[in-house]
Amino acid sequence: MNYRMIFYTTGKILQVNSLLLMLPAVVSLIYRESCVFSFLLAAVISVTAGFILSLIFKPKNHLIYAKEGFVIVSLTWILLSLIGALPFVLSREIPFFFDAFFETVSGFTTTGASILTDVEKLSNGLLFWRSFTHWIGGMGVLVFVMAFIPNVSDRSIHLMRAEMPGPIVGKLVPRIRDTAKILYIIYIVLTLVEVVMLCAGGMSVFESLLHSFGTAGTGGFGIKADSIGGYSPYIQWVIAIFMLIFGVNFNLYYLILIRRFRSAIKSSELWAYICIVLFSVSAISFNIYPMYKNIEEALRQAAFQVSSIITTTGYATTDFNNWPVLSKGILMLLMISGGCAGSTAGGFKISRIVILFKMIRKEIRRLIHPHSVDTVKFEGKALDNQTLYGVGAYLAMYSICALSIFLLLCIEPFDIETTLTAMLACFNNVGPGLGAVGPASSFADFSAFSKLILSFAMLLGRLEIFPLIIALNPSTWKKR
Amino acid sequence: MNIIVVGCGKIGTTVLSSLVNENHDVIGVDNDPAVIEQLTNIYDVMGVCGNGTDCDTLSEANVQKAELVIATTGSDELNMLCCFIARKIGAKHTIARIRNPEYNDRSFGFMCRHLGISLSINPELTAAHELYNILKLPSAAKVETFSKRNFEMVELKLKPDSPLDGIALSEMRKKFKASFLICVVQRGDKVVIPDGNFILKGGDKIGIAATPAEIQRLLKELKIMQKQARSVMILGASTTAYYLAKMLLNSGNSVKIIEKNPDRCQHFSELLPDAVIINGDGAQQELLLEEGIRSVDAFVSLTGMDEQNILISYFASSQNVPKVICKINRDEFTATADRLGLDCIISPKKIISDVIVRYARALHNSIGSNMETLYRLMDGSAEALEFNISSDCSLIGIPLKKMKTKDNILIAGIIRGRKTIIPSGEDTIQALDNVIIFASGHILNDVTDILK
Repeated sequence: MNYRMIFYTTGKILQVNSLLLMLPAVVSLIYRESCVFSFLLAAVISVTAGFILSLIFKPKNHLIYAKEGFVIVSLTWILLSLIGALPFVLSREIPFFFDAFFETVSGFTTTGASILTDVEKLSNGLLFWRSFTHWIGGMGVLVFVMAFIPNVSDRSIHLMRAEMPGPIVGKLVPRIRDTAKILYIIYIVLTLVEVVMLCAGGMSVFESLLHSFGTAGTGGFGIKADSIGGYSPYIQWVIAIFMLIFGVNFNLYYLILIRRFRSAIKSSELWAYICIVLFSVSAISFNIYPMYKNIEEALRQAAFQVSSIITTTGYATTDFNNWPVLSKGILMLLMISGGCAGSTAGGFKISRIVILFKMIRKEIRRLIHPHSVDTVKFEGKALDNQTLYGVGAYLAMYSICALSIFLLLCIEPFDIETTLTAMLACFNNVGPGLGAVGPASSFADFSAFSKLILSFAMLLGRLEIFPLIIALNPSTWKKR
Repeated sequence: MNIIVVGCGKIGTTVLSSLVNENHDVIGVDNDPAVIEQLTNIYDVMGVCGNGTDCDTLSEANVQKAELVIATTGSDELNMLCCFIARKIGAKHTIARIRNPEYNDRSFGFMCRHLGISLSINPELTAAHELYNILKLPSAAKVETFSKRNFEMVELKLKPDSPLDGIALSEMRKKFKASFLICVVQRGDKVVIPDGNFILKGGDKIGIAATPAEIQRLLKELKIMQKQARSVMILGASTTAYYLAKMLLNSGNSVKIIEKNPDRCQHFSELLPDAVIINGDGAQQELLLEEGIRSVDAFVSLTGMDEQNILISYFASSQNVPKVICKINRDEFTATADRLGLDCIISPKKIISDVIVRYARALHNSIGSNMETLYRLMDGSAEALEFNISSDCSLIGIPLKKMKTKDNILIAGIIRGRKTIIPSGEDTIQALDNVIIFASGHILNDVTDILK
């Protein structure tokens, strides 16, 4: 275990974090708000802690392996959430630390679950910071650091693997740094396009920036009490479509960029994703048509909610709590499925579902023809047993975590629908659930203990469980 | 540069790792997913899993944008086919590893031309050349030749009682009246390009650069001159052994080869009628003693197993064989072998990766002065480079003492026509000279890179 390298890298990232904290400080300076000092103070704490860590733990060798990668990623995400919560507490706008921590974790993990009962009271600087954490957390803090800070380590692939979601993480180009850069450039360009489209729909620049951050990271912190509901149909369509765009594997955009359209179109994950979306939208539109009596509105509401939930964003244009049970049931399943691997979306990931179904088919065939030899192919390539085993293990781990979190939440005096969807919404980084945690309400009523459990659930969901489990495993920290 | 390495075995991986260190964008192709997995974990490269002669695999590795494709799979035919396809798709240059002697004869030029292979490397032949050079001058651990043998650098380890112990470099020239330079010194783990105030100590590993005649004279004066190895014992009938034995026999030496496998012995006795072929286990010390290991001039251990090579070489040096050379494939063992006192170690994959890195650097700077030779010294921590000076080079005409070079850089020799100059501060570089430069801690692509 290369302790020095772990703390050194963490220190470096804290220093970068202080730069990120300067952006909301600038925003609050523009709006002449008092919270500028809390941002500056948080930035100073971050940069000092970073300097001290990287000075004390100057590494002797820069070699890191997979387990160091997992530990670095877990550690930075927890530290960043702790420091990111400071501005909320220092400015006294969210006075309780657990609340602020929940809000920040929800931001970085792109969940979008909030404990605020009245979001419109929050100052602009803090609103900006909330949405900006979505944007950074969506593509990943370490990927950001890798792209823009030279020479973190020769083996940063381990950091990228630990942070990027999905069963298979590969590079786009030979160098990891260039890969991280390409991913971020695609991300930035898509975000900017959305900002422009929203501005064209008559939204103010500040609001369209914040909403684009929320869409890009598939986060879902709204800045209005009714989320997106109050905006025009045009804006709702734009956001719905961009949510779907950010739920697609970014590697496909790179393939399109280098003009390999055929390989991009052939992606089986993409087709599964499109089919699920089309099926859900049409089923829900039929189901809710009697409520709206207007084809366009029923279609728009269905499409917006489906794309918001499948990409685990969590924006809402209506309180889908009042929808019929079938629609709510579909949305609940979409919460679990999540978006494509290699996107900013959370959840179980479509690619894993596709692979699991192929494994089931293989197993059934093996039972019918005990001597048959079968390979599971995905995206045109045969998967080795290691990957299949990994997907199976992830399913097991995912179920165990979900059930344990659910059990712990049952201590609270809520009905089963609320408890179950609160767990699903946080663990899959969606945001709003059903019942008392529906899109029109918040997580404010939960106890501090449950908020801590849910914060942990959000981190587990974003980092795909194993990094945190490995960081918490005592045998990781043993010397030999 | 975009470089693709097809076949990531021992040699492929070494080549790939040195190219990554040279800051190239490298893509590794191999058909074993485990190899690709391991490769991408350790090096900052992209891995593509598939057959290197498959158009789709090569396109996935973006071969149409590649400046250089290096084929180092185990099979000559695969390598040639891979280079051919890569060239047809759009790669600019290709290097193939071709080891079968039958391909390396007269039809070779024809084949390379028609398949579009820019450079072919034969690791065994290159290693044999290196071994042959060492055996010609056994007092040195290593000999590197520049500029068609007009200039040489020898590596030696100073014994504690050496006459050079405790002498500053500036006094040396006066004392020995020979024209030479000590251009690189390794003490412990540190490698330096020394200046005049540097004082040598016993145990240092030094590199001396001079003309071959001067080096002979100097070694005689230092009383570490050994006569050229006349009788050589080779352990293991490998392809390298075949090439080496052939070279040694051609220059009139006696060669004894010990090999365990009787079929291999039979084959060798047909190929090399003048050599003595012994069928037996080289690990048996009794056999080595019986075959007269105490009376040979040199012992070369070339079996496929590093451990066996190290242990038997250790035994040979304990039997006072004047020159013991040990082949080691795995880098990890080099330090261990060094500690056992085996100072003369060769590693074929390192030799090959030097050749390829040199080629890649020369490609990288196709304009300006061109690099003719590149040797990596002292386990890769220092380099010796030979540049040909073009007529528009900015260094022409400046006396060396006025040249503001970077630290740890030494201009060790200027070769002008047939004359070799060991330069002092007054000398200047002129057009069409060949200049030999020693550097540590820099990556030089062009001769002007030596300036601050």
